[in-house]
Amino acid sequence: MAEIVLEGITKRYPDGAVAVKDVNLSVGDGEFVILVGPSGCGKSTTLNMIAGLEDITEGTLLIDGQVVNDKTPKDRDIAMVFQSYALYPHMSVRDNMGFALRLAKVDKATIREKVEEAARILDLTEHLDRKPANLSGGQRQRVAMGRAIVRDPKAFLMDEPLSNLDAKLRVQMRTQISRLQQRLGSTTVYVTHDQTEAMTLGDRVVVMRGGVVQQIGTPQRLYEQPKNLFVAGFIGSPAMNFLHATAEDNRLRTSVGALDLSDRLRRSLERHDAPRDLIVGLRPEAFEDAALVDRGRIGSGTTFSVDIDVVESLGSDVYAYFTEDEWQPTATSELAELAADSGVTDTGAGGHQIVTRLNASTQVREGSRAELWVDTAKMHVFDPVSGTNLTLSDEPAD
Amino acid sequence: MTASAPTASQDTPPPKDDRALSEGARQERRLGWLLCAPAVIVMLAVTAYPIVYAVYLSLQRYDLRFPQQAEFVGLSNYGAVLSSEFWWQALWVTVFITVVSVVVELVLGFALALVMHRTIFGRGTVRTAILIPYGIVTVVAAYSWQYAWTPETGYLADLLPSGDAPLTEQWPAIGLIILAEVWKTTPFMALLLLAGLALVPEETLRAAQVDGAGAWQRFFLVTVPLMKPAILVALLFRTLDAFRIFDNIYILTSGAHNTGSVSILGYDNLFTALNLGIGSAISVLIFLCVALIAFAFIKLFGAAAPGSQEGGR
Amino acid sequence: MSAAGRRRMTGWALVNIIVIVYALFPVCWIISLSFKDPSTLTDGSFIPTEWTWENYHGIFQTSEFTRALINSIGIALISTVIAVVLGTMAAYAVARLRFPGKSLLIGMSLLIAMFPPISLVSPLFNIERIIGIFDTWIGLIIPYMTFSLPLAIYTLSAFFREIPWDLEKAAKVDGATPAQAFRLVIAPLAAPGVFTTAILVFIFCWNDFLFAISLTSTSAARTVPAALAFFTGSSQFAQPTGSIAAAAVVITIPIIIFVLLFQRRIVAGLTSGAVKG
Repeated sequence: MAEIVLEGITKRYPDGAVAVKDVNLSVGDGEFVILVGPSGCGKSTTLNMIAGLEDITEGTLLIDGQVVNDKTPKDRDIAMVFQSYALYPHMSVRDNMGFALRLAKVDKATIREKVEEAARILDLTEHLDRKPANLSGGQRQRVAMGRAIVRDPKAFLMDEPLSNLDAKLRVQMRTQISRLQQRLGSTTVYVTHDQTEAMTLGDRVVVMRGGVVQQIGTPQRLYEQPKNLFVAGFIGSPAMNFLHATAEDNRLRTSVGALDLSDRLRRSLERHDAPRDLIVGLRPEAFEDAALVDRGRIGSGTTFSVDIDVVESLGSDVYAYFTEDEWQPTATSELAELAADSGVTDTGAGGHQIVTRLNASTQVREGSRAELWVDTAKMHVFDPVSGTNLTLSDEPAD
Repeated sequence: MTASAPTASQDTPPPKDDRALSEGARQERRLGWLLCAPAVIVMLAVTAYPIVYAVYLSLQRYDLRFPQQAEFVGLSNYGAVLSSEFWWQALWVTVFITVVSVVVELVLGFALALVMHRTIFGRGTVRTAILIPYGIVTVVAAYSWQYAWTPETGYLADLLPSGDAPLTEQWPAIGLIILAEVWKTTPFMALLLLAGLALVPEETLRAAQVDGAGAWQRFFLVTVPLMKPAILVALLFRTLDAFRIFDNIYILTSGAHNTGSVSILGYDNLFTALNLGIGSAISVLIFLCVALIAFAFIKLFGAAAPGSQEGGR
Repeated sequence: MSAAGRRRMTGWALVNIIVIVYALFPVCWIISLSFKDPSTLTDGSFIPTEWTWENYHGIFQTSEFTRALINSIGIALISTVIAVVLGTMAAYAVARLRFPGKSLLIGMSLLIAMFPPISLVSPLFNIERIIGIFDTWIGLIIPYMTFSLPLAIYTLSAFFREIPWDLEKAAKVDGATPAQAFRLVIAPLAAPGVFTTAILVFIFCWNDFLFAISLTSTSAARTVPAALAFFTGSSQFAQPTGSIAAAAVVITIPIIIFVLLFQRRIVAGLTSGAVKG
């Protein structure tokens, strides 16, 4: 296993379009790094450049300390799992898994041994002599994994390996991949558009948009300290709510009422020389049913009342939705792209829906008015023009 | 994501700055050209060069019996052809045969395609049977028809009033030529239409049925519009093919009794009259007719020429 | 089975039989003719009253037919091999590679597919006479392979496009050189398409008549379809009807074998290029 270092990697197509711009990333030995972003963000192109399937226009790629820009995939010693699995339809499972070793002129007995070992780990032993066409989706996916692990390569590259599976199988395979990666201690770069996969699998997550890296960090860090509107909106499910706000003294005036600024937030905004018009970001769990908040804590937030549209009970939590009428569609391209990516632009509902996550014992009812409380300490404030998160105290050191 | 990543289309002209292309893309280009080169060279050498040469020959007075007397005569060969009633007669016969046989083939081909698509058993057998007319040598089939319609030999001629020899009269002969042509080429049409039928989603037809469309309405309002590209391709192919008709006429009537097509006329001028100049002029005129038909098809119907989408990849 | 079901079955059986009779009638007739005794040739009955092998015996006695048969087989096979090899190379490039000029190649082969062969006959006739390949095998092989190249390129590129693109990438990542990726992964998957294309091209070459009568003058290169038109019969005085029928049946046999064995592939090949295009 080895370390992968990307230094200023750029991909520019002959027609001038830039797919990936100046990516700097260092994947440590044995680390599991996820590239995530909406489609077209350059994540697969980046992965293909690491694999050697696409040329690097600018920058340096090091695998195990060696510059490999001009090496063919064959000489990079990496394994890749494709979204379509790319199993060779004319070869049995055994031959599929042993193909790379056969090309590397490994002797037959060793190939056999390694393939059977991998098959045992992946529970494929009884399918070894079948053709891919006769396997289920999950089995094919495991063969694709097996083909990668028999080689004991310097790194694994995975391009949306789970996106062709149904939801239940995807969750199972997710844990299996995680376990396998820990067991093998393999350096892994994994591409997905699914932020849940990114959050659950990765040691570190790289969020990309339009070919540019937005933020690199642990899942927790991305969730709690998103650097900008895009990361804030992309990471987390249900997504963060965004409200227009106007700064007034120590408060932010929004459609749900005036939100008090803590000293820390105020200082942070001053330091960033924040404009008057702002965007406030609130995660659903920043809200609570006002009736259920401790007397002691209630002062640290703001209480407001709204008409609840929809209540969804998940058992452990309750999602309560209300509509913010005064919302004007924002000009920020980040929010527009996020909206398009999550499909909310297509729902056709008027106004702007806010999601809150409340304690399961809440009494709020659909169609009735409710008192909600929001924890202003968990508030993020963004510059509507640049999208920068103005609440981060200092540059996060990854 | 690959889909939305900008892909370099091969239709865009190569960038002026060659350094913009990575080594891999350059290699890909070179390999592409290298692999295509032999096919391109062969096709150019055997079609483009001869057609240019045919234009050159058509401007000469060139009688094969007196090759020494060849001389440049400008467009006078074309003048001779276009003012000759033989050319117009042959052209009308060709157009008539083309239009009638393509229309009949379309109707019959649709019927055959529907049979193959819908039949509940024996699909393989039917398909195998239908491939025989497609595969059989045209000359063989033409002889079979010729003998069948010749009095004395033929079982079909015997069905006619005695003394009738249909192949020796203009209109009956043209009818039989069309019959032979239709028999031979309908299966190809049917197979193309069958492939088009397979592309019509069963669910769409069910939806139409639920919406209250009868069988004929489903066919004309749903199936046919959805199959338009397949139909146009089949029509284009068959029209151009029918326009070149030669083998059937050569065997059935040899072009006698005013049944000759333009191809027969060209052949006769070349090999019977041995007039290379006139023959070449006819060749060039036929080429122009075919180009005109193809152009009309693509302009009028926007027929997606097969392979045209390939350019988008 | 219900009465309605049985009626449906009978209906379809009838329709199927009509189609089969339509397709086979002329073929059966020529077969029947070929087995007729010369004395009963003109009796006009559909089934021979007296069966005889005489016509077959006759044609294999004359070098006129056997020579033409050898010419047909040789010329068609060689043209097929060359057209399929060149077509495979070009189709691979069309289906797999990005390079400028690809649309030009597609357009050009489409143009040639529509080209009226008669337009080429006069110039080719003269060119071949000048360079001395008139009335030779090569003189026919050249136009045959040219005219079957578009067919080969279309059919093959349609087949090639169905091979998943990722497989080649996967092979590269698995450590294959481009040559190995082609030989071990792409070629085995492309083989059925290549085979199908070869059958279609062979049928095309086997079928040609116009070039065969225009570009030959003796039995040196005359193929069977052309030779049929020059048949004189086994003896000088006999009508050649029986001989022509027998020869026609002989050259129909390979077609029937292909159709019987590879029906599915031929259908796939014929339609893939034209519809999915």
